[in-house]
Amino acid sequence: MTDLAKLTLVESIKHIKEKKCSASELVGAYIKRIEKSDKLNCFNTKDLENAHSKAKKIDTNQKLDKTLVGAPIAVKDLFCTKGVKTTASSKILSNFIPTYESTVTEKLWNEDAILIGKLNSDEFAMGSSNETSNFGNVLNPYRLNNQNLVPGGSSGGCASAVAADLTSATIGTDTGGSIRQPAAFTGIVGLKPTYGRCSRWGIVAFASSLDQAGPMTKDVKDAALMLDVISGYDEKDSTSAKKPKSSFLNSIKSNVKGLKVGIPKEYRVDNMPKEVDDLWKEGIKILKDNGAIIKDISLPHTKYALPTYYIIAPAEASSNLARYDGVKYGFRAEGKDLTEMYENTRSKGFGTEVKRRIMIGTYVLSSGYYDAYYLKAQKVRNLIKIDFDNAYKNVDVILTPTTPTPAFKFGENVDDPIAMYLNDIFTVTANLAGLPAISLPIKYNKDGLPLALQLFGKSFDEQTLLNTAYFIEQQVNFKSQVKDWWMS
Amino acid sequence: MSDKEFNYYISGETGKWEVVIGLEVHAQVSSNAKLFSSSSTKFGSEPNSQVSLIDAAMPGMLPVINKFCVEQAVRTGLGLKAKINLLSVFDRKNYFYADLPQGYQISQFKHPIVGEGEVILDMPYGTKKIGIERLHLEQDAGKSLHDQDPTKTFIDLNRSGVALMEIVSKPDLRSPEEVAEYIKKLRSIMRYLGTCDGNMEEGSLRADVNVSVRKIGSKEFGTRCEIKNVNSIKFMQQAIQYEAKRQVELLEDGKKIDQETRLFDTKNNETRQMRSKEDAHDYRYFPDPDLPPLKFEQTFVDQIKKKLPELPDDKKERLIKDYKLSNYEAGVLISDKDTSDYFEDVAKNSDVKLAINWVIGDLFAALNKIGKSIKESPISSKNLSKLIQLIKNNTISGRIAKEVFELMINDNRDPKVIVEEKGLVQESNVDELEKIIEKVLKDNSEKVAEYKSGKDKLFGFFVGSVIKESKGKANPALVNDILKKKLS
Repeated sequence: MTDLAKLTLVESIKHIKEKKCSASELVGAYIKRIEKSDKLNCFNTKDLENAHSKAKKIDTNQKLDKTLVGAPIAVKDLFCTKGVKTTASSKILSNFIPTYESTVTEKLWNEDAILIGKLNSDEFAMGSSNETSNFGNVLNPYRLNNQNLVPGGSSGGCASAVAADLTSATIGTDTGGSIRQPAAFTGIVGLKPTYGRCSRWGIVAFASSLDQAGPMTKDVKDAALMLDVISGYDEKDSTSAKKPKSSFLNSIKSNVKGLKVGIPKEYRVDNMPKEVDDLWKEGIKILKDNGAIIKDISLPHTKYALPTYYIIAPAEASSNLARYDGVKYGFRAEGKDLTEMYENTRSKGFGTEVKRRIMIGTYVLSSGYYDAYYLKAQKVRNLIKIDFDNAYKNVDVILTPTTPTPAFKFGENVDDPIAMYLNDIFTVTANLAGLPAISLPIKYNKDGLPLALQLFGKSFDEQTLLNTAYFIEQQVNFKSQVKDWWMS
Repeated sequence: MSDKEFNYYISGETGKWEVVIGLEVHAQVSSNAKLFSSSSTKFGSEPNSQVSLIDAAMPGMLPVINKFCVEQAVRTGLGLKAKINLLSVFDRKNYFYADLPQGYQISQFKHPIVGEGEVILDMPYGTKKIGIERLHLEQDAGKSLHDQDPTKTFIDLNRSGVALMEIVSKPDLRSPEEVAEYIKKLRSIMRYLGTCDGNMEEGSLRADVNVSVRKIGSKEFGTRCEIKNVNSIKFMQQAIQYEAKRQVELLEDGKKIDQETRLFDTKNNETRQMRSKEDAHDYRYFPDPDLPPLKFEQTFVDQIKKKLPELPDDKKERLIKDYKLSNYEAGVLISDKDTSDYFEDVAKNSDVKLAINWVIGDLFAALNKIGKSIKESPISSKNLSKLIQLIKNNTISGRIAKEVFELMINDNRDPKVIVEEKGLVQESNVDELEKIIEKVLKDNSEKVAEYKSGKDKLFGFFVGSVIKESKGKANPALVNDILKKKLS
């Protein structure tokens, strides 16, 4: 019998529509795995009973025509879910139950997908290893000589959950690489859509001008299907884009002939491991051998991207997180007066990394420093956008590695924030320029760890991105090597 | 017109000081919904009954601009003959306070929606032009209720997110009287436009008052102090008088003025330091990443312009021209749109001279006595014009009219009905009048003799006695005529 939890999202739905299995059976298969997977610590909240009853209800439906019918889906714990705890993996929201549903998750449930839980992440999505979560580390299903590895971050719970078949697909958020880097570390597909493609309404905000929700899936077609469902204009989000209804999955084409692929020289960073450099060359070769035109390009301001990001993102975060003050909802630590209550609440409610970024953000916005930091960063951000605009005059997509290294061990970068921030070096530019980018697993290194390539696309041209990724996916034939070692 | 000279100076030991005043007026936009949410703005509702998820700053909530509030700001800008900026930017003003749920106020800092304009004041010493620096849109905060519990502070968020226009004047005002006129004129303009009800008791209009002093003839501005949140014209005037005197005393003592924020203590009639320049908030303004810049076309402005109502200055000119009113009369009428509308209603169907006298005389006095505005007037403009018609066509005398008017105040009945019911129709029948006059002369034969021997002044006595005898109904003009004949 088919192991239902091993099916891709597209296959699962086909199974249900063709009545090869019921929604209850599909959900049951996932729940069985979830119940044995606490060691991975992917879930902040499980919603298994509700998932069961919703599956049963779907099974009684005459028509099974909804796009995601019966698909069990856990989402990052940054998406507000009505009646289900939403914590942003922070102590300060540890008791917060929204009375409303985020636009993108609402779209999932409208297509008869079934919520099975909320997934762990870095606190307020600030981190690259999931180690800043208030609810403990998430383990990567892949290990290095039996030693545990980080799943990446901030959407670490999402990445591990997809890789370990604990959810048929998921949505994460990506502010500087939070979808793509963990996808790369766990051998799954992660897509950050164009800024404005998906509504941000109901997503706990980190950095409003950079945040974007996107799919994390077992393969490229699943990503296309998920994007079809979650994208679209939302009048409740003033930054969402008015674009016609997409059909990425139906339009997907496996062809790269004549495709112009840019290879940016600035991404060839010092000390890049040979395996990553080789991986990049392999990717180039596949495309070239199949009729794509490879072009060397320059994105000259790339070297400023990381510092720019680490000014703009904390600046916005310092303001976005001001609402968590113990007054209205969430965690409160009492004090003798209002100021002391604020101080107690926020020093106890936020973790170290979040406080670090609030302080950086507060500093760069302060009078006397604003021009030198925030304003300058905005100017550089604009230059980075112009770099891409210029590049896209000559190429259709840009190919780079997703990360400079494969997954690393716990604690490796914890004491060195700068080293940790370097994880985002290849991914932040897409956020700064608002462009779509996808991370795609390619192969395993000699230690059996997944390595991934990243494709940048033109603004709102996710289709070319998906087409190219789909083609490479078929060529490399990457298969999961997850061994369920954590199950007892 | 300049029958008086401007003469507001503070006389100190070293000479005369000029007071320089600039106002930042906060005017609540007349709108059913808030600036960035659809919650109601109704005054006086149950605490926290008009609070949306956005107003309470729940996680993931996003602001969406209320287009009507934008129109109102543009309308006001046009009323102030100001430059309308087709592109403006919303910024976040960051500070912590319990009744500020987001931890920031959305305002406009560098790029306001309205630029420079002007307000014309009618002062006893001539007209004076007060420059407007800018007008910008911003959110109001909630309200902290400190008097509900001995140890706790309660928060009412009904006001949170309500749209305000901050109207900043240039430092062109020179006396408390000018400030009063400025506020009245500004309020009048906004009421004409329907953009702010100007209700100071409900907090719809309040001002921060900037005061500095300088020696007469000096071109340099002195150091200013800002008196926060003064909510009545009287308090503004008192605060300025106190503050100017305080500053002059300090300067004459050889001391310096510290730039600081002060508050006006209405009980003790004095200003007190709130915070010094060193303690001033660093608001860390930056463009709100949740809101794209506010852009609109000139056609949008033109359409609003086309539908602008007649404004006070134009109306005044027209009233003087059409009704031959004096500058003073027209000025009194236009200070309030309801008053001038009422007057025009009355005058249209009766008599201009009588109408102006009745409206700014008897009606104002009566309304003042019962504490009602002209909008709440118990006598409708229709009934007042009927009353004037009755005078004009000699149905009743002016004296009787005043009696009828007193009755109308109570029940707004049709004056014709009252006159008929009470039998107050003026006696103009010569035969009837002659009978009364003969009786009066007969009863006062001694006085008739005195009159005929040269005591002319007794004529008034006879008229009065006849009117009295007729219970006020006798037509005074006819009585005069007949008496003259009879006594000659």
